[in-house]
Amino acid sequence: MAPAGMAGIDEGLLYSMLRVDRFPHIWCPGCGHGIVLSALVRALGGKIAAGAVDPAKVVIVSGIGCAARAAGYLNFDGVHTTHGRAIAFATGIKLARPELKVIVISGDGDLAAIGGNHFIHAARRNIGLTVVCFNNSIYGMTSGQYSPMTPKEAKATTAPYGHIERPFDLCELALACGATYVARGAAYFAAKLTDYIAGGLDHEGFAFIEAVCGCPTYYGRRNGMSRGVDMLRWQKEHAVSLSRVDRAAPEELAGKFVVGVFRDVNEPEYTREYERIIRLARQQAAGEGK
Amino acid sequence: MPAGTERPILLQGNEACARGAIEAGVRFFAGYPITPSSEIAEILAEALPAVGGKFIQMEDEIASMAAVIGASLTGVKAMTATSGPGFSLKQENIGYAAMAEVPCLIVDVQRTGPSTGLPTSPAQGDVMQARWGTHGDHPVIVMTPSSVREVFTLTVESVNWSERLRTPVILLMDEVVAHMRENVVLPSVTELGLWERKRPSVPPGDPGFLPYAAGPDDVPPMADFGGGYRYHVTGLHHDVRGYPIHEGAEAGELVLRLVRKIERHAAELQRVEWVRGTGERGPRPPAGWPGNASRATVVVSYGSTARSAEAACELARRSGREAILLRLVTLWPFPDAALQEAARLVADRGEILVVEMNLGQVSREAARAAAGRVPVRHFGHVNGELVTPAEIAAEIMRAGGER
Repeated sequence: MAPAGMAGIDEGLLYSMLRVDRFPHIWCPGCGHGIVLSALVRALGGKIAAGAVDPAKVVIVSGIGCAARAAGYLNFDGVHTTHGRAIAFATGIKLARPELKVIVISGDGDLAAIGGNHFIHAARRNIGLTVVCFNNSIYGMTSGQYSPMTPKEAKATTAPYGHIERPFDLCELALACGATYVARGAAYFAAKLTDYIAGGLDHEGFAFIEAVCGCPTYYGRRNGMSRGVDMLRWQKEHAVSLSRVDRAAPEELAGKFVVGVFRDVNEPEYTREYERIIRLARQQAAGEGK
Repeated sequence: MPAGTERPILLQGNEACARGAIEAGVRFFAGYPITPSSEIAEILAEALPAVGGKFIQMEDEIASMAAVIGASLTGVKAMTATSGPGFSLKQENIGYAAMAEVPCLIVDVQRTGPSTGLPTSPAQGDVMQARWGTHGDHPVIVMTPSSVREVFTLTVESVNWSERLRTPVILLMDEVVAHMRENVVLPSVTELGLWERKRPSVPPGDPGFLPYAAGPDDVPPMADFGGGYRYHVTGLHHDVRGYPIHEGAEAGELVLRLVRKIERHAAELQRVEWVRGTGERGPRPPAGWPGNASRATVVVSYGSTARSAEAACELARRSGREAILLRLVTLWPFPDAALQEAARLVADRGEILVVEMNLGQVSREAARAAAGRVPVRHFGHVNGELVTPAEIAAEIMRAGGER
């Protein structure tokens, strides 16, 4: 049976969303990014097929890193920006043209380290961006340095003795900053991930979807999971559904990650709020003209 | 805000910049508070929504530069304003705008540096940062106003050049020009003219559309994001499709084209004003100058310092020394031809004296352009104080070079 996220989407449409002439992509064998990109394409394809999204109005914004290359593979207006700044570029695009569907693709280093400031402020503003974080817990493009998402004790090229820092919980961070749609999925649960991204695309305000995925080349090899399948198995064994968290004992949750939709609420979206400012300013200007 | 004014109005430099931006068609501003440029943001926060434009105060300087580029990609004229420390932070994304050919205006109101320096004091220490602040070879256009009226006209012209050549343009002001108030009659934009970026001539979906294929003018037409062209923009070296490429001839050609598209307009861009102490001013030196004077000085200056230099030339003349001001309006591309003309005028009877509020940034360029034909001397200081007419006049009088 086809996963939920694939239902009813024409294959021709899916291919029209990809620049297949750009393949082969740069990602290593076993990399989880392809699965996450596929989930994004299916989620977006569903919206396009349903007429909810006009492909001419989609803009893909990415920063720097392995994940960021996805912008070049997607057949939409796309901007592959500077390291960490994707959300800031996207903010300008969305505010200038609120009718655009602006999707940000960012790795965990790009989003949570160098781009952390933009992430928290975009969430606070509740600007209508769909941000998908390809979280593989490592800097892949630069060959395996630790990121803000590298677990404590894990090995990285810059943590050869084991990592001493604590990682972020990106979803908790997004929630604390006021994001109005927050979800976490994983490459292993591709169909669910597709649904989470689709939910983010439907959302009017700031939507954040963390996609846990594996980098066998630069994370896995140093941490006992040298094949892509090892990393997928790790995701399967360590994911806990949000619906089970309340019933789970604390020791059951140790070392695990929670998947699900943490928040989906409507609050005034930033560019809508700005439209109100334009009306006010125009009224005042007209009043002064009298 | 009215287009142009018939009667003189009292206006501050930063206000003139904001007005010029609105008149030039700027409809997006992203910035971050910093002295001495904040008034530009404050005025535009009020003025932009009233004309249907957008203003946003971003979380930092880097983000504001990024947002400006994002907005411009959607077809909107966009700008930011900052000062030295913020200008430093924006440099990476200024390079991005140069590489991806995204029009935008960056106003840098210079204050005394390095670092936080003297936040409320003037300086002209960002001349080289404006030229070379971002890494890698790249072209740049930098204009620098001396008066409130010129802040207005150069803001409009900077936006025009940016749109016309798809390049970031830097308007380099200094704290004095930004904060001084003058009675001005503003020209209308019909007088100044407005440029719009060139858009693709083929419809969206046309297989012949190549987003980075330039015509004979070396400027590719620019499609608005959301217009259906569905193209890729990157700061990596890219081909005519906008896709990343590797080292080689195509990569080199890209940077050469970026430089060439500006150099094509060098003659039009390299603007100067020759000012004689008598108030005569024009794009060419006064005919016959310096006559049969045995000693003569060309004072080269720009920004607020040029105002002192103009007065100094008059003081020197009253003391019997022939001096003329060559005021630079464009700093980059550097007006080599005017400097060569200056060297010719004072050859074997004088010198070029470069007056600037730094330890020698334009003076080295002036010396390069003069190529040893005449002595080029620098005068200036970096203590946050204006260079006074009396100081400059004394320097003019100190010059040797008797025929």
